[in-house]
Amino acid sequence: MNSQSYLRNVSTLTYDAAKCIGCSMCVEVCPHNVFIMTHKRAEIVEKDRCMECGACALNCKPGALSVKQGVGCASAVIWGFLKGTEPTCDCGAGKEASCC
Amino acid sequence: MDFSNLTLITPSRIDSRWSREDIRGALRVRFSIGRNSYRVDPGLYKLGNPGKKAEVIVTANYKLSFDVVRKNLVGMDAWILVLETYGINVWCAAGKGTFGTDELIRQIKDSRLDLYVSNKRVIVPQLGGPGISGHKVKESSGFAVKFGPVRAEDLRDYLAGGLKKDQAMRSVRFDLKDRLILAPVEVVNSLRYLLYAMVIMVGISGISSHGYSLTDLWNEGVLAALYLILAYFTGAFLSPVLLPWLPFRHFGGKGMVAGFATFGIVALLSWSSNPPLYFAGWFLISGAISSFLAMNFTGASTYTSLSGVQKEMRLFVPLQIAFVVVGLVMIVVSKFV
Repeated sequence: MNSQSYLRNVSTLTYDAAKCIGCSMCVEVCPHNVFIMTHKRAEIVEKDRCMECGACALNCKPGALSVKQGVGCASAVIWGFLKGTEPTCDCGAGKEASCC
Repeated sequence: MDFSNLTLITPSRIDSRWSREDIRGALRVRFSIGRNSYRVDPGLYKLGNPGKKAEVIVTANYKLSFDVVRKNLVGMDAWILVLETYGINVWCAAGKGTFGTDELIRQIKDSRLDLYVSNKRVIVPQLGGPGISGHKVKESSGFAVKFGPVRAEDLRDYLAGGLKKDQAMRSVRFDLKDRLILAPVEVVNSLRYLLYAMVIMVGISGISSHGYSLTDLWNEGVLAALYLILAYFTGAFLSPVLLPWLPFRHFGGKGMVAGFATFGIVALLSWSSNPPLYFAGWFLISGAISSFLAMNFTGASTYTSLSGVQKEMRLFVPLQIAFVVVGLVMIVVSKFV
């Protein structure tokens, strides 16, 4: 089911086409096919499918992509709120525990 | 000269076949039993009889991740490099940064990988991408990072096809099967909240116009417990399973609709002498509980973003709280009218 998309117009993904060197790493790492390559440049074809995992930005050597990386997890948001931190997967049990 | 930090770590040899113990362990963690301590030791492992040209497959030290990799490489020769992710799977650990650039560089160096392989590249699962910066690993260790397929079951084809991925290998899915596997984890994880809610709602059942009544506590309490179990399963199991077919993009919306629907059906079937206000109260509470639990399933889903979850929570959390408060008032008032 590749077409699954969540809320519209919320993704923080930004792209500066002028910096693209055409390495296509973003196409390689994006699990939701947000990018395609056209004329040796990356192009965003479906921004609403972006889940802000951050893989593209982390693997974009020239820094053409940026996104506020985060986990799309309500529990993480709640724990972050209760602990006064950013959303966290730690579920209040420290580094070695996980909920996902 | 000090050579103490250059000690060769002889790689452990592993079997690609699953033993009975492996199968039992996999079943246990699927139902959330002891899943935080299901680990293998980090480091370099031999699968079969890998030579200098064999590929290096990187994975997490969550034993199920490790087991799925080796199971899908039956009969092949490869190196497996296990990162310390504290027993957490690749994707989640990548999001947290433990399955990350620094840890991969550290394991490449500590295991002296350069002594075992000549082709100077490692295959990282694509879902490790949020934690691993390929070009930084290359700069620091000399090893190139190839992002392999999302699913270990495609590893064999990926290796046979000269490390080429098609779109299907690159895409995360969230099929009925995936949701059926993940929903039980959700059901078990939130059980304690069901218990708290039961104590409160069964307790409230004893309130009556003629004081606190143990007869009412028993009669109404059983019904209250059943309604809670219904809302719980609707939100934690039914909503995740029916996800694509429920209306709204918001998980909280999907869960609320499902909660209203299942309570509505059961209420019609179990209509009793209780006033409509009592049912109306439970209707709101059922929707709120189911909405909350379905919203929590955003963490298990493979396509929700943090920005999206925050947006839906700003809408649905106040709604859920309001429905519970108003619902409770309605149920209590219904006992006096």
